[in-house]
Amino acid sequence: MAKHPVSLKVNGDEHDLLIEPRKTLLAVLRDTIGLTGTKEGCSTGDCGACTVIVDGKAVTSCMVLGVTASGKEITTIEGLASDGELHPIQQAFIDTGGYQCGFCTPGFIMASKALVDENPDRTEEEFRFALGGNICRCTGYTKILEAVLQAAEEIRTDS
Amino acid sequence: MKSFEFFEPTTLAEASNLFAQEHAQLLAGGTDLVIGMKAYTETPETVISLQKIPGLDGITTDNDKSISIGAMTKVRQVELSEDIQQYHTALAEGASEIGSIQIRNLATIGGNIAHASPAADTVAGLLVADAQVDIASADGERSVPINELFTGPGQTVLKPGEIITQFRLPNPVSGSHYIKHKIREVMDLAFIGVASAVNVQNGVIKEARIGLAAVAPTPIRATEAENLLSGKIPTPELLAQAGEAAAAATSPISDLRCSAEHRKEMVDVLTRRTLQNALDRV
Repeated sequence: MAKHPVSLKVNGDEHDLLIEPRKTLLAVLRDTIGLTGTKEGCSTGDCGACTVIVDGKAVTSCMVLGVTASGKEITTIEGLASDGELHPIQQAFIDTGGYQCGFCTPGFIMASKALVDENPDRTEEEFRFALGGNICRCTGYTKILEAVLQAAEEIRTDS
Repeated sequence: MKSFEFFEPTTLAEASNLFAQEHAQLLAGGTDLVIGMKAYTETPETVISLQKIPGLDGITTDNDKSISIGAMTKVRQVELSEDIQQYHTALAEGASEIGSIQIRNLATIGGNIAHASPAADTVAGLLVADAQVDIASADGERSVPINELFTGPGQTVLKPGEIITQFRLPNPVSGSHYIKHKIREVMDLAFIGVASAVNVQNGVIKEARIGLAAVAPTPIRATEAENLLSGKIPTPELLAQAGEAAAAATSPISDLRCSAEHRKEMVDVLTRRTLQNALDRV
């Protein structure tokens, strides 16, 4: 089948690609562009490991056809740190030990970033509920939640 | 995933002509279709994305408080819309029950309805809002009431080439409530879904609507229960009668999620509960 021209802006970099319509955004990010920080877990939208931010919204990239993301702005885990400084959410995950094997971490961090950007004033209960689309197979949820609350607190104080 | 031809038309007429072909599928949010294609339960030869067609997306409220929701409106936007939260609470609640935030940022209300799952979380809210479904094709436009849209699981009255363009919610209701009966807080499918909406004047129920999901081959209205309520002053006895009548209107199946008996029993319970909560919200 014919490949389609696609322009993706990923972490600020323009990528002009020719891709097969059946490739998911996740596959394009990992296999075509080579950004393997975004993980493929269940590949059915249930686990959230593939979460990236598209035009400011967290989405499961395994459910998106790459061709439909043309012209959109995509942020992946590789795009969070700037000038060698980790994003406060990344730092909070390290400080609290909010990761074990690390496989779910990029998805959790991207989902958390979108939540904190949208509204850092959420209660613990609200963050817990809003992160329901991310699964940690090591079951390290307590520390993950601590990380998100710490980052939200920092971002509240800074702004 | 099987290979397919991909189109991203910019007009409804073009999309309709492509969709009228055999083995063609519309792509809205993709949260059902892309997963289906990966599992080879969907093997379209042509996939037509609707995202470049102008005017299919967004929520507008008129002066008379009637609301239009474009078919391509994200479910997350329906959930967060202040007008929908206020005038059609059950629909906002149903939207908030779908998948995760990541999925609700992708999924559209048009896709949730066109997929025609009897368990769709926005359907009970649209039923009790008495929504009209606007449909367009290359041949013209028509509109059907939401309770006449579905013909069976995954089946609708939509003909080849017909595309849902928007949902029109004619009048605000005084109070409404949706309960999804489920195990997990998020990322679960409904055992059953029940929405109730009431219009109340001087303490009398002027009109009641009850929408039921996942208890029959299609989503249904419990019209006998609704008729029992209209013109009456609400009492616990009256709500109990309505619950029984709603349960009697269902024809649920037993599956791996739960038994038909459990579903029927819970329709009774949740009809009473959603009615009471809808009345409390008036």
